Parts: sequence; C-alpha cells; structure tokens
Amino acid sequence: MKKAILALEDGLWFEGVGFGAEGETFGEVVFNTGLTGYQEILTDPSYKGQMVAMTYPHIGNYGINVADVESSRPWVEGFIIKELSPVVSNYRSELTLNDYLKKFNIIGIQGIDTRKLVKHLRTVGARKGVISTVELDHKKLIKKAKNSPSIEGVDLVKEVTRKEPYLFEESMLTDFDWGQSKKKRFNIVAVDSGVKWNILRKLNQHGFKVQVVPAHATADEIRAYKPDGVFLSNGPGDPAAVKYLVETVRKLIGKLPIFGICLGHQMIGQALGGKTSKLKFGHHGNNQPVMDLRTRKIEITSQNHNFVVDIASLPKDEVEMTHINLNDKTLEGFQHKKYPLFCVQYHPENSPGPHDSDYLFTRFYELIEKNS
Amino acid sequence: MPKRTDIKKILIIGSGPIIIGQACEFDYSGAQAVKALREEGYQVVLINSNPATIMTDPELANATYIEPLSVEFLEKVIVKEKPDAVLPTMGGQTGLNLAVEAYEQGVFTKYGVEMIGAKYAAIKKAENREEFKQAMLKIGLDLPKSNFAYSIEDAERIAKEIGFPVIVRPSFTLGGSGSGICYNFEELRTTVRMGLDYSMVHEVLIEESVLGWKEFELEVMRDIKDNFVVICSIENLDPMGVHTGDSITVAPAQTLTDKEYQRMRDAARKVMSEIGIETGGSNVQFAVDPKTGRMVIIEMNPRVSRSSALASKATGFPIAKFAAKLAVGLTLDEIPNDITKYTPASFEPTIDYCVVKIPRFAFEKFEGVDNRLTTQMKSVGEVMAIGRTFKEAFQKGLRSLETKRFGFGGDGKDRVFDLALKTRDEYLAFLKNAPNDKVLKEKIFAYARIPREDRIFYLKYAYLAGYTTQEIYQQTGIDPWFLVQLKQILDLEGRLLNACGNPKEQERLMRQAKEYGFSDLQLAFYWGMRERDIRKKRKKMGIKPVYKLVDTCAAEFKAYTPYFYSTYEQEDEANPSKKKKVMILGGGPNRIGQGIEFDYCCVHAVLALKKMGYETIMVNSNPETVSTDYDTSDKLFFEPLTLEDVLNIYENEKPIGVILQLGGQTPLNLAKSLEKNGVKILGTSVKAIDRAEDRDKFKRLLQKIGLRQPANGIATSLEEACEIAKQIGYPIVIRPSYVLGGRAMEIVYDQTSLKKYMKVAVEASDDHPVLIDKFLEDATEMDVDLIADGMTQVVGSVMEHIEEAGIHSGDSASVIPPFSIPRQTIEEIIQKTKAIAKELHVMGLMNVQYAIQKGIVYCLEVNPRASRTVPFVSKTIGVPLAKLAAQTMVGKSLKDLKFTEEIVPRHVAVKESVFPFVKFPGVDIILSPEMKSTGEVMGIDKDFGKAFYKSQEAAMSRIPRKGTVFISVKDNDKPKIAEIARDFHRLGFKIVSTKGTTQVLKDYRVPVQEILKIAEGSPNIADWIRTKKMDLIINTPSGKGPMLDESKIRSLAVSFNIPCITTLNAARAAVCGLQAIRNEELEVKSIHDYHGLKAARV
Repeated sequence: MKKAILALEDGLWFEGVGFGAEGETFGEVVFNTGLTGYQEILTDPSYKGQMVAMTYPHIGNYGINVADVESSRPWVEGFIIKELSPVVSNYRSELTLNDYLKKFNIIGIQGIDTRKLVKHLRTVGARKGVISTVELDHKKLIKKAKNSPSIEGVDLVKEVTRKEPYLFEESMLTDFDWGQSKKKRFNIVAVDSGVKWNILRKLNQHGFKVQVVPAHATADEIRAYKPDGVFLSNGPGDPAAVKYLVETVRKLIGKLPIFGICLGHQMIGQALGGKTSKLKFGHHGNNQPVMDLRTRKIEITSQNHNFVVDIASLPKDEVEMTHINLNDKTLEGFQHKKYPLFCVQYHPENSPGPHDSDYLFTRFYELIEKNS
Repeated sequence: MPKRTDIKKILIIGSGPIIIGQACEFDYSGAQAVKALREEGYQVVLINSNPATIMTDPELANATYIEPLSVEFLEKVIVKEKPDAVLPTMGGQTGLNLAVEAYEQGVFTKYGVEMIGAKYAAIKKAENREEFKQAMLKIGLDLPKSNFAYSIEDAERIAKEIGFPVIVRPSFTLGGSGSGICYNFEELRTTVRMGLDYSMVHEVLIEESVLGWKEFELEVMRDIKDNFVVICSIENLDPMGVHTGDSITVAPAQTLTDKEYQRMRDAARKVMSEIGIETGGSNVQFAVDPKTGRMVIIEMNPRVSRSSALASKATGFPIAKFAAKLAVGLTLDEIPNDITKYTPASFEPTIDYCVVKIPRFAFEKFEGVDNRLTTQMKSVGEVMAIGRTFKEAFQKGLRSLETKRFGFGGDGKDRVFDLALKTRDEYLAFLKNAPNDKVLKEKIFAYARIPREDRIFYLKYAYLAGYTTQEIYQQTGIDPWFLVQLKQILDLEGRLLNACGNPKEQERLMRQAKEYGFSDLQLAFYWGMRERDIRKKRKKMGIKPVYKLVDTCAAEFKAYTPYFYSTYEQEDEANPSKKKKVMILGGGPNRIGQGIEFDYCCVHAVLALKKMGYETIMVNSNPETVSTDYDTSDKLFFEPLTLEDVLNIYENEKPIGVILQLGGQTPLNLAKSLEKNGVKILGTSVKAIDRAEDRDKFKRLLQKIGLRQPANGIATSLEEACEIAKQIGYPIVIRPSYVLGGRAMEIVYDQTSLKKYMKVAVEASDDHPVLIDKFLEDATEMDVDLIADGMTQVVGSVMEHIEEAGIHSGDSASVIPPFSIPRQTIEEIIQKTKAIAKELHVMGLMNVQYAIQKGIVYCLEVNPRASRTVPFVSKTIGVPLAKLAAQTMVGKSLKDLKFTEEIVPRHVAVKESVFPFVKFPGVDIILSPEMKSTGEVMGIDKDFGKAFYKSQEAAMSRIPRKGTVFISVKDNDKPKIAEIARDFHRLGFKIVSTKGTTQVLKDYRVPVQEILKIAEGSPNIADWIRTKKMDLIINTPSGKGPMLDESKIRSLAVSFNIPCITTLNAARAAVCGLQAIRNEELEVKSIHDYHGLKAARV
C-alpha cells in the first residue's frame, strides 16, 4: 500500500493509495460513468492524454481478459477509482487489473472521494492533473499540474495511430456476437486515428474487408486501395489539431462513401467547414440518450468525447442533422445532403456500452451498396 | 408521442393485503401511478381491499373502492364507474391475476374496458410457462431444461429425463408459492401435489436445477416506440436456489464484464419485444453458470414488482410513475427525469455507490417451520442500505434489520449454535478455539452450506474457524467477490480487536472502520468501551459521516431531489437549510407486528407538516415504502434506524424535534436514548411512554385512573414464575417485557407448560423479566385509538374484536362500531381512555386495549403511539388521524383542527387479518397471543353481516355461499356449536363432522353426516379435504399441545385452499354474513361517497 496524491491544476487534491505502477503521471482529468467496461475504457486510444476517474466505486471486480481489449495496450495516463477489488471473479479473467496496469506502467490511485472529484469537474470543467506516488507534497504537485502541457491544440492522434497499414481480420467473439454476418464483402479503408478494435470487428462482421491505414495516409494513398468506402475512426485529443486528416477527408468527400465515428465525425465536420469546440467536461459513459431524428427513436449510446462539432457552424444547405443528444442537445450525427457520407459523434461499436446503435454499420453497408 | 385522448377514466387495481411476496411496494407503485395519471389529466378509479395504504387515501384517486379484489366486485366497480381502461400492472401478482381472470370471464370486453400497460396476450405469454418457454426458444434464448407436468406421473417421468435435483414451479402463483427443490421422488411427489393445487391452471414446471449458478436481474422499461432502457442491474449474493425475495441482493451487478452485461441487456430487450410489453416496466431474471458463463433466462414479470421498487429506490428512477405514463402513450423522451429536471427519462441510470438489500424473516413466529431458504419466498420484509462500497452498505443493511444486530457480528450478539459470544472475551476465546475445535469447525462449515436466515453469519464463523475463500465458495456457491468483501471486513475486525487498549492504534483505524460500515457499537465491543465513548472519541477526531446524493447520474448533472445516504468520505452534500424542520422516523423493515400501517402514519405526518410549512426529514430503511419515495418528504435519508445513525442526521440537520410515535415500536425503542443525547422528542413525552411501558408504573397509572388489570406479576426466574402463577391461578398469559407483536407471548395452562416456556422466553427476552397475567377466558377484546393535543382528548374509534381475548389484537378481526357491547360499557371505555391520555399528557396518538369479561372492563395495555389500526379507523370515520396527530405534536390544538367529537359512523367496517400460513406448510394455523398475520383488509358496508362477508372475501378466505361445511370443535365449545350448525343447515349447507361433534349435533337434532377421523381408516377427513369435498371448515383448537389430527386438518385446509374458521365467534360472524347476503346483492360504494369527500386537485 503506497500513498499517492492526485492534484489538479486548480488546487483540488486528494490523498489516496497507489496501485498499478509507481511514479508520476500527468493528464487531463475526466470522469466516466459506466458501471461496467473499465477494461475497454483503459484500452480506448481516445483516452490518450487523459486520466480517467471511474464514478462506480468498485473497479477491478472481473479482472482483465485478453479478448475484451480495444487496442494493443492501455492508453490512459492515469486511473482514478474509489476501490480496487482485492479479488477477481470471472470465468474469463486472465489477469488482475493491478497487474495489468503494472505491466503497462500505468499509475492508478484508489481510496479517494471520486464523487467529490466528479462534482468538481462537472462544475469547473475538465482539469489538468497529476498523480504521484513519489512526490507527496500536494502544493508542489498542484504547481506541477499547472505547468503541465494542455491537450488543447495538440495532435495526439499521431501518438496512437498504427504506423503501418494492415489488414484487419479478427472476427467477433461468438459468445457475445449480437449482429449478423453478411456474405457479400465490400472493401473499405479504415483510417486509424486511434481506432478501437471493436469498430474494426464490427465492420468485419457487417460485411467489410477492412484495410487499416495510418492517420497520416493521404487521400491518394487511400484511393490507391480502390476501396468501396472509407471509414474514419475515433481518436484522442483536440480535433482542430489534426489538420492533415481534415485535409485528407476534404479530398475524399463526394468521391467515396464515408462513415465517421467520434473524431472521424469531427474531421468530416471540419472538412465541410464546421468548427469544433470543447465541452465543459465531455461525454464519457454508456448511458447517453441519443435520438435518431429520422425515426424519432432513442438509442442508449456509449460515448467518449470532449469536443463537439458546433451545429450552427455547419453549412445548412449541405448538411442534415441526423442525431442529437437528448441530455444537452449537442450534435451527435449528421449526413450530407448530396454525397454519400454520414457520421456520428458516439460509439456504435459499443464496447463498452449498449448495442442499440449497431444499425449504423448496416447503414454504411447499404450506403455503399447504393453507390456501387 | 402525445398521451392518449381517447381514454379519460382509468381503473387501477391494487394488490390487496400485505402477504409474503407482496408488501408495501405496491402501495408505493400504486400511489405513484394514481398521482402520475391524475397529473396527466386522467380520472382515476381505484380498487384495493387494503385500508392501510396511501393509495386508498381519498385525496389520491377520484373514486376509491375499498372492496374485495375479486372479479365479482371488480365488475361492480366497472358497472358503476364505467372506466375506459384498466391498468393491471401496479397491483402485483394479485392485480395481474385478477385482471387475467376478469378478462377471461369477458368482463372487460363486455363493458368496453381496454387493458393498458400490459395486454392480456402479453401477460399470458409471460406468465404461462409453456408459452414463455416457446417464446424464449423462438428468439434464441437459452433456458434450463424443463417440461410441464399436469399430474404426479408426468412429473416423475420428466424428472427422470432431466435428473435430480429438479425444481418444481407451479404456473400462475404468487411469490413462488408451492415451488421447491426436490432431490428425490418422494419430495417430488409432495411438492408437485401441492404445486398443482396452488396453480391457477393446475400446471407445474419440472425444471433442470441451476442451483449454485449466479443469479441476476434486470429492471427494464419499454415504451410504445420500442425505446428500451435498463434501470438497474441486480446481482444476488445468494446463488440460484434461493428465491430472489429471500436473497441478499446487490445493485449494480458486480461480477459481469461489459460484454456479459450487454449480452444480458440484449436478451432482456428481446424478451420485452417478444412477450409484447409495449408500455411499462418489467423485470427479467437470469442465471449464469460461473464456470462457463452460460446464461439462461429464468423468468420475467410483466409488471412493476418488489424488485422494481428496489431498483427505483436504488437509483432514484421512479419506475412505477413512468410506467403509468408510458401506459397512456407517452414515450420515455417525453418524460423529464425528476431528479435532474433538464434531462429526459430516456436514459439508463448510473450510480456511484453500492446498494444492498437484505431480507427480514419471521421464522420465530411459526413453531416447527422449515427455516431453510428455497425457491419459495419466506421473508416478510426487507431493508436496503446504501454505501459507497459493498462493505459499508452491507454492514449498514445488517444493522437496519431490527434484529438487534449492529453489523457483521462483533456486536455482542454473535451466536455460534448454542455458544453466545456476548463479551469481547467470549469472542476472543472463540477466535482462538474455533480453528482447533475440529467438531465445531466442521459443524459450522456444514451449517453454512444450507441457505438460512442466519447463514450469512456462519460464513463469518467459517472464516474465523479457518476456512478459506475457496473452501467456502465450494461449499456455498457464493461468488468469491462477495466472500472476499466479507473477508475484508473480518480482517479489519481482527485489527480492531487487537487495538483494544491502544488509543493510538484505535485512532489510526477509526476512519477505515467507519468506511467499512462498522458501527460505534461494534467498535465499543472490540475496544471494551461504551458506545457513547466511541461516539465522543470519533467526533473529537472529526470523523463524522457525510451525506451523499442519490441522483440517477453519478453526479454528471446537477440534481434537485434531496435523497441522501451517509458515508465516510470528504464532501457532504446534505446542505442543511435554515428552515424549521421536523424529522420523522419510519418503521424500518416490514415484519409481523410492524408493517405498512406505520409507514402510512409516517407519510401522513410528512404530508401534514409539509402543508404547515415545515421542512420534513424522513429517515427509513425500508425500500418498499411510500415514505422512502423521494417525492414524499422534503429530505429523505435512507439510513438504518439506530441511535448512531439517527443522531448523526439529527446533529447535521438540527430539526426542531423528532417524531417517533408514528413509526411503530422501532423508533419508540429509541426514545430514551435519543432524549438522553439531547434530542427533542415531539409529542407524548418519553416519561409518559415509560409510564405506559414500565410494568410497575403502568400498574400505578391504572390504579390512579381506577381501571382494573388482570391479576399479574413479574418473574425473573422459573421459581418466581411458578409462584406467581400459583397465586393468580392458571391459565396465565406470559410474555417477555418490551416486545412487539406478542413476540413469544403464550397462554399457559399448567406448570409443565410454564417450565417449557421459561426455557424459550429467557432467550427471546434478552434477560429481561417475563410478565405474567391472569388469562381472561371468554372475554371480549376491545381496541381504542385516541388522539390528544395535551388538553383535549378525542377517541378516534372503539373497535370490538370478533375473536375473544387471548388472540393477538393484530390477528383478530375487528369491527367499527362495536356490535355486541352495551352502550354504557363503551361509554366507560371512552371515558377511561381519555382519562389515561389526560394523565399521560398524550400529544398525538395512543392506543389502549381492553378485555371485557362478564361486564367488567379490564385494561390490557396502553401504547402511547400510533397503532396498527390507525389507517383502518381513519378510513372508516373519514378523518386522517395521523395527519392530525402530527399537527398536535407541533402545537396545533384539536380545536384548531376541528376534531373534538367522536364520530360514530353509520356504516360498519370490519378489519380482517391475513396470514402467511400457505408459505409455511405444516405449521398449525391456530391463532394465539403471538401475532402471525402479515396484513389486513377491510370490508365496509351498511351492516355487520355484509361488511364481515366482504372482509372474508377480501382476506382470500371467501365464505362459500353453499356446499358442505365440516364442523369439529373442542369440548368446551360443543354446547355452543349446535346453534351455529343449525344456522348453517338453515342456510342450505350440508354438515359433516367427526364422532364427538356429530354426537353433540345429533343431540341437538341438527342433521349431520359423520365422517372418519384420520386414524379411523379411510376415506377420512383428510381424504375429504384432499378431494375438496368440503367447502368450509370450522375447527376450534383444543388448547394444549399439538393435537395431531386437528392441526393436520387445519394445515391441510390451508394447502388445499379451503377456508378454515378456528373460533366460534368467527363462525357466528360467518353465519351473520351469509344471512346478510342471502336476499340482498352486495353493492360497492367508494370511500368518497361514504364520507362525502373529494380527491385533491392536482
């Protein structure tokens, strides 16, 4: 049991007990309200640059299993929880959370009033913070947090994207398979800005042969694969800092059917001339209600984003709003009126999260079918 | 979608009396539904036979019928009120079954009433096991292997195919009635025989056992547009094999990965669409094989349930309220989330705390009952506790139970078989010895295997005796995650014990101990100190609980609903206001002797005080109740009702005082200690309470008033008891002091029985002395409820019991106004009751019990608090006594409140008690001074006979209008039975009897057919019951000891659902009832019409 301190740039600090790795780590502190899914959260590349506080107090109960990871490693800069489970209880578990974080050198802190932290972040907005097991003077840590770099304006995508193209061929776990496989396969290129594997698994399962390319792949490089469509993935950080990808997308719009998720959605928004802005504390959880404006049906969605595309900034004559968040009425999805293009801000691959939005992959398939 | 405008008037069916498997939660859901629908502009008609409900208050529905829940009466209400629709999903299984029956008899079609919330076909599909199974297979869900049996032969064949153990589940029953686990053919035959009988459709399912699998439940909602949300996931600590109502359950689920959880969610969604639940809430139960993850579906309930009430309280999401709104066509996105105001209800609540529900049992009330927990529900109530961690919530839950436990043991109440660990030394000795005492150790381990009420503590003893988590897991099937949480508590306990006499170490451990949910009392035990010293020390260290909000969203959004739980963390959110506030202590878990009536009173106090402008603070631990609806009080604290927890809130909130006379004995027991800690008690003073409860002071009080008491004495030893008994003469009534519901009270006829009793009583009374009274034979018992403001005293009502004195007042039928007592005696009773109230300076409510023997009035007891009968009286006289009482406690006079005269109603109301015998096969159903009933109903009509008849029908022991009546009475009653038998004969009944009674009847020339006793060959009386050749049984118990034949007759009657009357008075009343309805059709009349009242505006 090693003492650890979590300190925010604005002076709030907590004393807790360290777990996972030891040392010192910086990042923007955000909270996630999911009751399940810490493993998927840890391995979601979109959390690069951020430290995640889980609102549910008991974490680690079911351990870690290899099948449920969302990428090759955990990306969070630090992990903040109320209580780490002293035991792992699940038939699929292969590793404890503690060992897993140690293995990947991620620092965790437990034993803090996470609700107080969340209420604070809710009020003041996401804040830079530091977790340390080496420096235990909170005043010094607060200063360090203040001086740590901001993620605004920083391109974090380049940190998480795979450097080389590859063909993704992993299929879904059969035990938890909830969609149907299609026989006919379309070829698509998926631009990896920090893609979650379940997106690729879902694409695979929904009838796509998925060629993954790095985020810095050019439009020409993408078109060289002669794909039937292009998929733009999620990813971390400030979307305004990923100018090269916006450029790429701009060149592809109207040329190929495009589907974007999360950062992908923000790239498309910018490519169409829209602006992104930062939410106070973002949407991170598995219970966000989104309405599909065409069917008026509600889906409970999995979300993880700090930035949104401003509705008003999009060209009205080109863009049709398709999805809206019912909690704060922010934009959750749109499509192009002329071109085969649509995107959502949330995560239809739902890992973690409910499976309500699975239909979007089918929609992509149909879009390509119509355009081929 | 906008709400429907084609319907204007909606009928809601209530759930009737409180029984095992169906408690206050349906008052909570029903009351919410009534309010929600009226809010939307609909007219609401309500039928419910239970007067002790908030939903039947005249303010709520536009027309409220306190009438029996049978098709006959339902139809009468429909004819009178002409509703457009009926909402059958709020009244539990009772309401649903009644709707199904009415539909099948064509009632709804005949009068053009539409079923909303759940359609007939959907209910059928969910409830009929075969249809359900087919539906599940169709959508590709896995189920345990199973098949239906319609006979014992079927069952044997199927069990052979599946292999033992198998589970037997009757179709269409309540709370799993008649279901059970069978390990062999013999058990199978018994269970199936009973199960077939319980089933409305004479069908049982024989099912593959998934015993030991993990059990989960999802509370879900769906609207007309197919929007679907999961409100709450629940994981049971007790694995499959224990009814979920009897299991310790935890929200949210703890051991599922997201993949496994989402698979379950998908399954629940498919179930909802396939079954066709278009609008409303349901729960879906799953079992998961811990080794392979195989998930099977167990069942679904197409209605709100006990679990949905729990889920609502656990998350802050009001399922019933929203379900009612969905039923009229609104969609989830059109309903705002009450708590956050700005976000819609179409989301899935997320929580940042852990919730533990623990069931409350009452096995001690039923001698000879099988106390093993099975798939048939046996608990009578439950508590819920919230903590930031499981450990905290779990220990809070245990101390909420009102079983005198203050956490996970270490509270001086640990008891390992016969070994009581009352002191620290005894405890340490056990810790030292247990691991080395092979016999004890193995005994503990063996005991822990079988689920029982106290099994949870034996898990602890097993740990302390040296067993490992793995071993205990193998033995019990309880998930290691839970076991290790328990182990963590024990590990800390070990360190706490070691810190005895080491103040520094104590200070080091204090905060962690509190975070783990340890009570001050436990710490006092570990450290050899007094509870108040721990409190002082703790406060000095600045360790106080903080209060956190239940907000549906884990703090993501600002919440507006003040619903709190305590925990030991940094930030307090209670934010006490500067307003004048009153704190009201609730009644804790339902148990026999303390039920919904007290919650009703507490809610009334809240409503009245709120109206007066006070800020009301409710404290309670029972998730079923209306009082713990965050909509009820200004501030709700979901907390245990112990000195420590109550004081903490009191000190934080600083109210002007605390009301504890409305929550029954639970809060009243805290009166002295609260006052000692500087708490201002509102209403009748603690001193006055003591004068009524302390034996000697009570005696002097009665002498001063000039009231007789049955001869009595106090004994602290067997010798003393024998001596007193000799002096006052047998029979005597004997009981421990300070008890509730006649706990361990008995009528003793001779010294042998007295000796036997003393052995048990000392245990039941915690070394308190036993009280001995002369038993007044053949006396009539009376109950009086009174309200006073300190100056003026007004009697709410005088009630006459149908059963004679000696039967617990909570178990008797009682009648307003009295029907056989001369006016003069009633006057005397009224005057004396007022005199007592004046003498005690009662402010608020008081209840006095009298017995009248040969014209002489004896006072039996005075309860300076709200009684169980307050709601019954209030509904009968049309005056909300509890509301008035609360106002007197803050200084209003009865004159101000315009209640200064007794009201003698022109109608007659009969309260009848309802018993749980059907859940305890083999237990004798005779009534005694020990209370056994779980609930009550009311029959109301213009004369006694009709009101009584209705009360019996409502109590589910319908008096048959014709047929065969079996009469067999004890010798004492034989001379008096002839007249009753003759009346039955005149009413057209065939009379059968066994030898003794037959002879008597023949002597009096009553036509009778003699049948054989059980020992006399066959066909005998038992065969007659089994083949249902009789319609009514009148059997009065002969008093001493278990008379095999007669008790068997009675318990068979219960099993085969034949009404059984066990007192002559009740038999006479039944005759009255039959005579009253012979020539006149029974009518229905709303409470509003009885009292000329109107529903409140919305």
